[in-house]
Amino acid sequence: MSAARAELADLAGREYAYGFSTDLETDFAPKGLSEDVIRLISAKKGEPDWLLEWRLGAYRHWRTLDEPTWPNVRYPPIAYDDIIYYAAPKKKPALSSLDEVDPELRAMFDKLGISLAEQERLSGVAIDAVVDSVSVATTFQAKLAEAGVIFCSFSQAVQDHPDLVRAYLGSVVPPRDNFFAALNSAVFSDGTFCYVPKGVACPMELSTYFRINAAGTGQFERTLIVAEEGASVSYLEGCTAPMRDEHQLHAAVVELVALDDATIKYSTVQNWYPGDAEGKGGVYNFVTKRGRAAGARSKISWTQVETGSAITWKYPGVVLQGDGSVGEFYSVAVSAGHQQADTGTKMIHIGKDTKSTIVSKAISTGHGQNTYRGLVKMLRSATGARNHTRCDSLLIGGDCGAHTFPYVEVKHPTCQVEHEATTSKVSDDQLFYARQRGIPEEEATSMIVNGFCREVFRELPMEFAVEAQRLLSVSLEGAVG
Amino acid sequence: MLLIDDLHASIGDSEILHGVSLEVPDGEIHAVMGPNGSGKSTLAHVLAGRDPYEVTGGRVIYDGVDLLAMAPEERAAAGVFLAFQQPVEIPGVPTMYFLRTALNAQRRARGEEELGPVEFLALVDTKRRLVDMERALLDRAVNDGFSGGERKRNEILQMLILEPRLAVLDETDSGLDIDALRVVADGVTTLRGPDRSALLITHHQRLLEHLVPDRVHVLAGGRIVRSGGPDLAVELEAHGYATLDSPAVEPRTASAGTASIGTISTGTISTGTISTGTISTGTISTGTISTGTAR
Amino acid sequence: MTAMTRPATARRPPSGTGVGMGVQVPERAREPEWLNAARRQAVAWVDANGFPSTKHEDWRYTKLDSVLALPLAASSGRGAEDGPGSVSSSDLPTPQLGVPRIVVVNGGMVPELSTLGTSLPGGVRVESMAGAVRRPEGRFQQLWTRRLGGYPHALRALNDAEALDAVVIDLPARTVVEDPIEVVFVSMPTGDARWSHPRLIVVAGARASATLVETYLSVAGAPSVTNALTQVELGTEAELVHYVLQGERTDSFHFSSLEGHLAEGSRLSSRLLATGGRIGRHEVDVVLAGEGSQVDLDGLFLTGAGQHHDNPVLVEHAAPGCTSRQLYKGVVTSDGHGVFNGHLVVRPGADGTDAVQVNKNLLLSERAEVDTRPRLEINADDVACSHGAAVGRLDPEALFYLRSRGVPEREARAVLVSGFAHEILERFGSGPIRRHAEELAAAAGLIVLDEDHCSSGAVTAGTVHPGRGGRAQ
Repeated sequence: MSAARAELADLAGREYAYGFSTDLETDFAPKGLSEDVIRLISAKKGEPDWLLEWRLGAYRHWRTLDEPTWPNVRYPPIAYDDIIYYAAPKKKPALSSLDEVDPELRAMFDKLGISLAEQERLSGVAIDAVVDSVSVATTFQAKLAEAGVIFCSFSQAVQDHPDLVRAYLGSVVPPRDNFFAALNSAVFSDGTFCYVPKGVACPMELSTYFRINAAGTGQFERTLIVAEEGASVSYLEGCTAPMRDEHQLHAAVVELVALDDATIKYSTVQNWYPGDAEGKGGVYNFVTKRGRAAGARSKISWTQVETGSAITWKYPGVVLQGDGSVGEFYSVAVSAGHQQADTGTKMIHIGKDTKSTIVSKAISTGHGQNTYRGLVKMLRSATGARNHTRCDSLLIGGDCGAHTFPYVEVKHPTCQVEHEATTSKVSDDQLFYARQRGIPEEEATSMIVNGFCREVFRELPMEFAVEAQRLLSVSLEGAVG
Repeated sequence: MLLIDDLHASIGDSEILHGVSLEVPDGEIHAVMGPNGSGKSTLAHVLAGRDPYEVTGGRVIYDGVDLLAMAPEERAAAGVFLAFQQPVEIPGVPTMYFLRTALNAQRRARGEEELGPVEFLALVDTKRRLVDMERALLDRAVNDGFSGGERKRNEILQMLILEPRLAVLDETDSGLDIDALRVVADGVTTLRGPDRSALLITHHQRLLEHLVPDRVHVLAGGRIVRSGGPDLAVELEAHGYATLDSPAVEPRTASAGTASIGTISTGTISTGTISTGTISTGTISTGTISTGTAR
Repeated sequence: MTAMTRPATARRPPSGTGVGMGVQVPERAREPEWLNAARRQAVAWVDANGFPSTKHEDWRYTKLDSVLALPLAASSGRGAEDGPGSVSSSDLPTPQLGVPRIVVVNGGMVPELSTLGTSLPGGVRVESMAGAVRRPEGRFQQLWTRRLGGYPHALRALNDAEALDAVVIDLPARTVVEDPIEVVFVSMPTGDARWSHPRLIVVAGARASATLVETYLSVAGAPSVTNALTQVELGTEAELVHYVLQGERTDSFHFSSLEGHLAEGSRLSSRLLATGGRIGRHEVDVVLAGEGSQVDLDGLFLTGAGQHHDNPVLVEHAAPGCTSRQLYKGVVTSDGHGVFNGHLVVRPGADGTDAVQVNKNLLLSERAEVDTRPRLEINADDVACSHGAAVGRLDPEALFYLRSRGVPEREARAVLVSGFAHEILERFGSGPIRRHAEELAAAAGLIVLDEDHCSSGAVTAGTVHPGRGGRAQ
């Protein structure tokens, strides 16, 4: 980091701790997007023809689409032809153990606080690490295989489990779903695949760390998780990126499928580089995440803590198809500096007696703009469906904004929807009470804000909850006073 | 310990304290009594540094330093504790966590070592028994869903854990049953010592039956109008505040009265009350609204 | 989008003179050049921007296709002298609320049917556009052209372009009008000409206060399209209590907009009861422009077979220390479709904002639908804003409780629905305005609870308040 940059970071009062970049030897595709680039990506990965055709179909459709303008965010036009759509660390042997991982790469993960080997030994969490769109290391595969759980990179799944991939790919987020989903479908380079067979409770937490490293690249990963009848799995993802002056595009797709009585819990701690204090640089996080609670009594739960990215545009949703299925969305979104977030969820109730819960906590500070946008839709078939939504926004400072845009659409009288929301600043009374007990203002604010988010944090697995609280405190540094 | 000298304080454009003077020497407990609206709570808040009360004159010297120049947390670290009349809820922040953060912040500010989790737990366990509080209550968020009595006990627990040198109790006794009142009295007594003082702000003499103060001051109309020994409290209980000779009371009460009439008429208008008396004539009187304002 | 054509129907002035004191005869005066220019500009705006579709966020749930299928020509018939099919006093609601009543047919003020009586304080002016344009102050021009070029959608522009007349109520500073001023809008198609564009302008000077009641009716014949605009301009500490009773025929189309501009310390209370219209869209657009101003907005929409009610309510806090309250309730039956589109905006610097926005809806049939969108857009930090929305059916427990006490299910349901609606209806006061509202609600099928029974908390099956007069069909 240059001296000037360091100074800026100090001025902003919040330093991005993951802003280093690592000198990995990287294999790039040429800049820009064309059918040739897609063919190149597909060939690099040795994909079957059906997948290449699938990508090309998505690409041709994408070309007919316009970038959406309805989100409550502002950014200059993205030059899609200046993006490198494929970048992979060059040394990419087939790994049989962690010892074979590129030492540079391992050093990078150590710096991120994710020592893969340590994590594997100590926490018993299986990790897939994705750098610049390519999965570089997956741990614990053998142990998971014993339980019948498949957890591997997407590319590997295409090679080893083509039927499963073909059956479920695009079944929740079709390639034509939206502009960014179509783009992802055309160029996705890797991601994570997870399959939990009938009746199996996945024996450990599964986790992917995503990292954008190379300059001028976008990251377009794809995650697909399938839980068969009676299966259950908890999956975590964490994201970081280096500090770079230019904006980096991250357009991922996540698809979840839960069959009868299956449960999928998906947690995200998103800390992509948010840009500097002037709003320069930072990741555009335009992501489509959706779960299909396909089976009766299935359950899909999203928990997200969004502290990073210059712009966030994502609505992890659940299509509640199976009778008695359950959808949940717990979210903390922080917009500090010049960050903009337009995020929320979509709960589409189709099956009978389906139930959804939405808890959204938004925090705006600095020049941050935070929009909750959520759709609760109850179709005529969703008799006895229920939703409860609670959206609270906290404003710290007079230059930020907090917006709440719920959409509630109900087509049957036995459905019940309740939506509540509040917007306020940190209470003077609470702040004074804490300060009277001797807690300095900044710490008191951070404590009150953490309390505000607690309902969401407690949905996270323990290590992530601690990480999330820490990230939140870092985001709020300098927000007070 | 504490010297308040000709203290003037206001909120917005109205001055509430018109020159309060009193002194609390080391080791003494003083009571400040007074009728509603006399400025008692304002005094408590000014001592603790609450916005938006503005000090417009006078000084407050605590242990030889200017208390008014310090931030609220600095006052706390220096040993000034305010037991709130209405303890604040902080949703999502467990009481235990809050207490430990507060204690360690104060210790840090004083250059003392922070207390580890184990020692802290032991400390809380000892103290909470003194105020008769269940451990489970401390795992809940600060004052969140606490009953009135539980909140006041929580204030006293915090006082016992933070061990202030000057405790200011703002009507901590109001609305308490006899058991809780004893908890408050015992709490203050526990802390009593040659270098600790307390200022009890109260409307009633009730607390003073359990906790005999060294001095009693009567605050009325924003000034101390009388000071005396413990007998003064008994006298007030017998004769009430009405017998006090304080010209300063009058204008304040009057202005408060005007303000409240204004509030009432605002309420009438915003709910759009329409005169029921005019139904028979088949017209609806908007006059109700305008006379409401003028009244 | 084809270019809009000006209506072919001639604008004929009615004969006769005003019977009420102070009512100006609406003359077919040559319009001043600024007004002609404004009309041309509004037409150009519609040509350039077209009509809104469901792709517009504010029109997401309301389709205009069936309205736009009708010719755009504006009706002009005005009343008694027009012969058969014209409006007569028997078409109007009885009794009159107070003394001042202004009757507007197809947007034109009809003096023969209007009375002002002697109760209006001196200085209060109620006049038609012809009178208003002649006033030297130029205030009418300023109000008329406030939106010029910046319309939220084509229907507002269309009112500027096409409004045949306007009713202008001018309350000088410190005037207190005791009697409610009633404005009855009647829509009556003449041949192919279906549209009317009523315009009402209320200007209240500092500390003036008044009550205003707008009643909308359509008379038998072909379905009409009402596109009304009411502008309310409140001066410092002025107060207006405003009611809208929308009881048009259920095959008509009703679009209305209330634009409010509130100066320092002023207060606006506006209450809507909507039962009519195949489409009924009741926009409210209030700017709290002066410090400490307050607005209370309440609405009850009873949406039945074949009906669609949309309630876009925009409240903008543009100054510090303002208060706003919104409470809208919907009762949707049959294949009705109810929409609440609340939007609260807090501008930067509007500190001390206190705002609450609530929408609750009852769905009473398998085919009924509700969409609700309570939006908060907040750009200042010292605020306390909250909103809530609920959609559901009658509480089965309450229903069971009533039935266990011997109330037959049908009545029990009716009683619960009435209880739900009561919270809004009681805000219509306790005098004749309340009775008008209750009659309208009863005609739409709502059983209106008696005041006595509600206040005592007793709920019995016998509390039916029979509506007088039928629903305008």
